Amino acid sequence: MALVSVDRLTRVFDVSKPWLNRVVERRKKAFLTAVSDVSFEIEERRVYALVGESGSGKSTIGKMLVGLLNPSSGSVKIRDVDLARESDAKKIDDVRRDIQMIFQDPYASLNPRWRVRDIIVEPVAARGGDTEGMAERLLEQVGLSARDAGKFPHEFSGGQRQRICIARALASEPKLIVCDEPTSALDVSVQAQVLNLMSDLKDEFGLTYLFISHDLTVVQHMADTIGVLYLGRLVEEATPQELFDDPKHPYTQMLLDAAPQLDGFGREVTPPTGEIPDPINPPPGCAYHPRCPLAAPVCSRERPEMRPLRGARVACHMAE
Amino acid sequence: MSDPILSIRDLTVEIPTRHGILRPVDSVSYDIAAGEILGVVGESGAGKSMAGNAVIGLLNPPAHIAQGEIRLKGQRIDQLTGNAMRRLRGKEIGMVFQDPLTSLNPLLQIGDQLTETMLAHLDISRDEAQKRAIAALEEVGIPGAADRVDSYPHEFSGGMRQRVVIALALCAEPSLIIADEPTTALDVSVQAQIIALLKRLCRDRGTAVMLITHDMGVIAETADRVAVMYAGKLAELGPVRDVLTEPRHPYTKGLMGSTPLASKGKARLHQIPGAMPQLDALPDGCAFHPRCPRAEGKCRANPAPTLAAHDNRAACWFPLDPKGGA
Repeated sequence: MALVSVDRLTRVFDVSKPWLNRVVERRKKAFLTAVSDVSFEIEERRVYALVGESGSGKSTIGKMLVGLLNPSSGSVKIRDVDLARESDAKKIDDVRRDIQMIFQDPYASLNPRWRVRDIIVEPVAARGGDTEGMAERLLEQVGLSARDAGKFPHEFSGGQRQRICIARALASEPKLIVCDEPTSALDVSVQAQVLNLMSDLKDEFGLTYLFISHDLTVVQHMADTIGVLYLGRLVEEATPQELFDDPKHPYTQMLLDAAPQLDGFGREVTPPTGEIPDPINPPPGCAYHPRCPLAAPVCSRERPEMRPLRGARVACHMAE
Repeated sequence: MSDPILSIRDLTVEIPTRHGILRPVDSVSYDIAAGEILGVVGESGAGKSMAGNAVIGLLNPPAHIAQGEIRLKGQRIDQLTGNAMRRLRGKEIGMVFQDPLTSLNPLLQIGDQLTETMLAHLDISRDEAQKRAIAALEEVGIPGAADRVDSYPHEFSGGMRQRVVIALALCAEPSLIIADEPTTALDVSVQAQIIALLKRLCRDRGTAVMLITHDMGVIAETADRVAVMYAGKLAELGPVRDVLTEPRHPYTKGLMGSTPLASKGKARLHQIPGAMPQLDALPDGCAFHPRCPRAEGKCRANPAPTLAAHDNRAACWFPLDPKGGA
């Protein structure tokens, strides 16, 4: 059974102006659909990566998975427990213990007034667990020194801080870690260290990752399965090999083509046309059709469903 | 080779502090020819932006140029007074920063920002400037330019704003553009658009471009030559294909190895141990030696050799042999 199963997940934000402005300016309420009808499953001990450009809803999905946001409709089930609807407090508590999160900005996600020891043991201390020697052990596991436990976050570089965040995430011995752009703020050489560390820890502790990133090469390196998001919708899901060798959705093809390549000397890219549309008024039918080279009349009428295609899943009328 | 547009020799920027003098840029020399794109890469704190700011005279005191010279089309510009520099900035040197929102005035329509720049630097009438502003916006690919000159920056998307900034940098027809991480804040698809635009403008107008970025992929696709910086010094300089495919400096090699690549699959990434040293705690000798697999006694005792502007090699005592082998 899959550890995480996400079913028709949707999240709508109310972005209306205050009611007085609406009355005076005669505006309607405005709703932004950040995530629309997304379904996928994550098997245990696997890395599922979500990629997409800004506004594609990848972070919103991550937040709904850990329970920082509630879904508007659809469900997230972790070990068959729906955190948003389950009423048995004991069950919720059990599942919550298994989920941790690593954020993008290691400067904003550590309390500057706390010592590293307190930061790391917090997830366990908050539940009254035994934290004796825990911080020291975890620090060594993520490649820092046990002596660092008495220091404050400002004494560390960005890469070291991200290691502290990882140590904190490991403290409660979770099964699932949601990593939201964990290396985007880091330099290339430090990024390599953190990615290697995350791979090692995954094998050592049998972790499952939901890995959120905008960087295709990082995702390709880390993931077992990649889901490509566009305007809050899952447009393609495949293994890295499948996705990079044979991208099926025109948006995926465009993304792969536009990404700068290390061996692309003097490559002339035909730049993609257009930009991501306004999520408050998404285009009808397939959200990608205004930019799509394959678009047919049906694309502006009907929203394509996810369908299996040569070892992948793709939401496109025209892909074959 | 014709005379370079920009020529930097032995440039050193110093910041005096209570704990001693920091050198964010240390003895850096390079040239940029007309129509050439020089990529400057390095990790954060390597001094790549500081070198760009020194060229355009935007160093924040107490940072100052302590040594060396900067020549633009043969003229020394590092000793100009504030007023003379102001006439040059915008006219001869255009600048594109990372965040387009902070480089545009939110209270001015973009047409006014463009005409203001042109009226300050060029001897043309307001009508003419208005016409040129629309032409400039069309050139950078803003649809409906004639209508959009009256828009404010917040009415544009990030990619469109960066186009406006590029139009602004180009409107006085400068001979050099300094682009400091122009695409870092943008999405992949928009980044491809902006890079294609920069390349086309550079080719059509023969503008020299200093492209500062940390993204090796962008450099590979855009630059003609590349300068790799580490802890304020030039580590390697040369044609982009040579430097990226056959790096001679162990740092460049490590950097290329740590970048995830589609062709490498899921193999473990090469990692350079440690992190770049802080400027106030530079090791003796070559700044890279504590992280370098090839370091020997000489590297710990002597600072790395300084690269001259035309040296096509690495600032290293034991450079890698490009033909393979040691």
